[in-house]
Amino acid sequence: MATTTIAPAERENYLNKEYGLGSWLLTTDHKRIALLYLISITFFFFIGGFFALLIRLELLTPAGDLVQADTYNKLFTQHGQVMVFFFLIPSIPAVLGNFLVPMMIGAKDLAFPRINLLSWYLYIIGGALMIHAMLTGGVDTGWTFYTPFSTAFSNTKVIEAGLAIFIAGFSSILTGLNFIVTIHRMRAPGMTWSRLPLFIWAHYATSIIQILGTPVIAITLVLVVAERALHLGIFDPKLGGDPLLFQHLFWFYSHPAVYIMILPSMGVVSEIIACFARKRIFGYTFVAISSLSIAVFGFLVWAHHMFVAGISVYAALVFSLLSYSVAVPSAVKVFNWTATLYKGSIHYDAPMLYAFGFLGLFTIGGLTGLFLACLGVDMHVHDTYFVIAHFHYIMVGGALMGYLGGMHFWWPKISGKLYPEGWARLAALIVFIGFNLTFFPQFILGYLGMPRRYYQYPGEFQVLNVLSTAGATVLGVGYLLPMIYFLWSMRYGKPAPDNPWNAAGLEWQTQSPPTTFNFEKEPVVTWEAYNYDEIDAGHKEEVPVVG
Amino acid sequence: MAGNVDALFIFLVIISGLMTLLIFTAVIYFAARYRHQRGVPAEQIEGSTPLEITWSIIPLAVFMVIFAWGAVVYFKSRTPPRDATEVYVVAKQWMWKMEHAEGQREINELHVPVGRDVKLIMTSQDVIHSFFVPAFRMKQDVLPGRYTVAWFRATQPGTYHLFCSQYCGTQHSGMIGSIVVMEPAQYEAWMSGGSTGPLSATGEKLFAELGCSTCHRTDTQGRGPNLQGVFGKPVLLQDGRTVTADENYIRESILDPGAKIVNGFKPVMPTFQGLVSEEQLNALVAYVKSLSPAAQSATKTANAAPQGSGTQVQ
Repeated sequence: MATTTIAPAERENYLNKEYGLGSWLLTTDHKRIALLYLISITFFFFIGGFFALLIRLELLTPAGDLVQADTYNKLFTQHGQVMVFFFLIPSIPAVLGNFLVPMMIGAKDLAFPRINLLSWYLYIIGGALMIHAMLTGGVDTGWTFYTPFSTAFSNTKVIEAGLAIFIAGFSSILTGLNFIVTIHRMRAPGMTWSRLPLFIWAHYATSIIQILGTPVIAITLVLVVAERALHLGIFDPKLGGDPLLFQHLFWFYSHPAVYIMILPSMGVVSEIIACFARKRIFGYTFVAISSLSIAVFGFLVWAHHMFVAGISVYAALVFSLLSYSVAVPSAVKVFNWTATLYKGSIHYDAPMLYAFGFLGLFTIGGLTGLFLACLGVDMHVHDTYFVIAHFHYIMVGGALMGYLGGMHFWWPKISGKLYPEGWARLAALIVFIGFNLTFFPQFILGYLGMPRRYYQYPGEFQVLNVLSTAGATVLGVGYLLPMIYFLWSMRYGKPAPDNPWNAAGLEWQTQSPPTTFNFEKEPVVTWEAYNYDEIDAGHKEEVPVVG
Repeated sequence: MAGNVDALFIFLVIISGLMTLLIFTAVIYFAARYRHQRGVPAEQIEGSTPLEITWSIIPLAVFMVIFAWGAVVYFKSRTPPRDATEVYVVAKQWMWKMEHAEGQREINELHVPVGRDVKLIMTSQDVIHSFFVPAFRMKQDVLPGRYTVAWFRATQPGTYHLFCSQYCGTQHSGMIGSIVVMEPAQYEAWMSGGSTGPLSATGEKLFAELGCSTCHRTDTQGRGPNLQGVFGKPVLLQDGRTVTADENYIRESILDPGAKIVNGFKPVMPTFQGLVSEEQLNALVAYVKSLSPAAQSATKTANAAPQGSGTQVQ
């Protein structure tokens, strides 16, 4: 499906228009900000990954022998905080979303370009504070900051880490705000709601969660800081507080936050599957609605993290029931993607392999969620490695597979270069195998009763831990490869054509890489999303806009 | 053991195994069958509302079965039987302190007889911990400032892991112990040694030493309510509410007497917060309970306020 036109290398684009550090640090171009985010989150991904590596190495043997117990506690705490708040939450929205949302709807930029830049600076300030906290002693509360441990017992940099996440949260809120306004106000003529790519619907749903949920975690962290610094009795029973109140507030955000991580990934997968099956997504409307219902229902299930925490039985029943309501739209999405393949014309390019990987891992992650939402089973597997495995299948298997798939799909557009296809397919395979080897044994460990956050463990759990560590090594290689060949392609890669995949979507009608304002003139949309029949029938010349 | 939870777990494994198989087979089959072939364009299909409804309703129905089954198992496990043997558990960084109603104390070990229901009344001295016995499929967080309850019935003699499953600081993974399940005869032999007298007797002594008995008299003349027969009964409060006198209520009335004033009494009782240790508190609670022999263990069960847990092990 290669196209014939090769873009001349020297056309002016957003990358070569201006040079110098100032042109990047003061840019308001959504594409340049996306790249700033790409560099920053990649940096944090490798920090978080390094912590994960040390965790897995420590767990090779039952005894605590590689690092000190306190160090281990800091490792898993900071692995979680870095990966969740500084990698996964910004990953797809802040990089691919920033880059693509305006282009997909035919706009020149986001609605508030300067706020977009501000959001990156907030992220960097939060990130710098987080790094400072890690370098000057670290944090050992677990990424969940449970009270009263975090407010009265931990001797580590809780306040600093809390403030770091507080600040980074505003970056997330501003990105969500920007997307919502942009999607409402800046769609090109003819780009009706029913013609929006599903990537846009997914980001719209994500933005709602970012705006409604993030302030709650911000307030919660402020309360933790207030109790820790000023001894206000909010969560600590010794001061008259209620430790479960913290858990309610924390999960009110942190459960929907899972959907901040996975919804954009679902959007990416819809784009990839449509393109490489050369078809309109089966049940477009249902897939779009399911994104919104996940965003809404996602807010009603938080206490399923607390079935054994000491909440009342009736509360547990209600939250268990509601948790299944959020499982339905997720299942609907999987069925629709599968149905899209039916009678398609399927290509196996690297992005599609990642999408297949996503389908497999997300299915397993989603189904194991049914176990945890089930009261009778959760009593046993809660706070064990079963939970660890489950949420890694969703947040790493699902979200990260989608992110990598998206990076491969749009890399020619972002960089103007082609990556080596063979290596990319190999990396997709390595990630899939490494991932399953790392995390599948953890389901069994959890069922056998190994609690999470254990620095040393009884000897009978060792075999499965060794398997998991071996898998993590493979997985690590799988994640390093794309970074290497993407960097390589920037210098040595073949120039990318404007539309290397012959894909639908306005972003592919711009040049690769796009110019600063994306389109030479405002596009007028006269076709439905995913009009692959028209494209493959060779009607694409009739499409009125060419970037 | 733990057959209820396991049966449900296996049911879930089968359901999700079938789903995985279905989706994987479909994806792999479609991907192979409809791979790109020159001259064979994809067939555009808009979607199908009946199909969407079908594959929303069927999973929902299956989910409801899982929910209902899970709820039944959970509900049962949150309802300690009335005649269960009681053990008080105090968790602290990083150890488990157990105290049997008969007075035996243990650290990081709990000896129980096979086949008898054991109810755990648990609290923490510092942070949140969690009492997890994988073999019994039971887990309950242990909170500072209140009691949580769990129960189990061991069916096989042996030694089982006790883990703290809620992260609690440096030695979290060292906060482990064992549940030793013994044959009744062995257990009786074990119980006959090392006791300082029943927990309720210790409580009775404390009750006198702390001066509680001056107001909480056994007639109606005291400044505080007569505690005979109170435990397990509804208590009418000054503000018109009625609460059941369970362990958490007794505990609260000792530490924060002003919180729930019994109808007809004045808020004159001083707080004992900081004056009694968790162990002494347990003894006092055990004593108050012993004043209501009939209602012993009539703890508010599942439908209670924020506590209650347990797992039936069979």
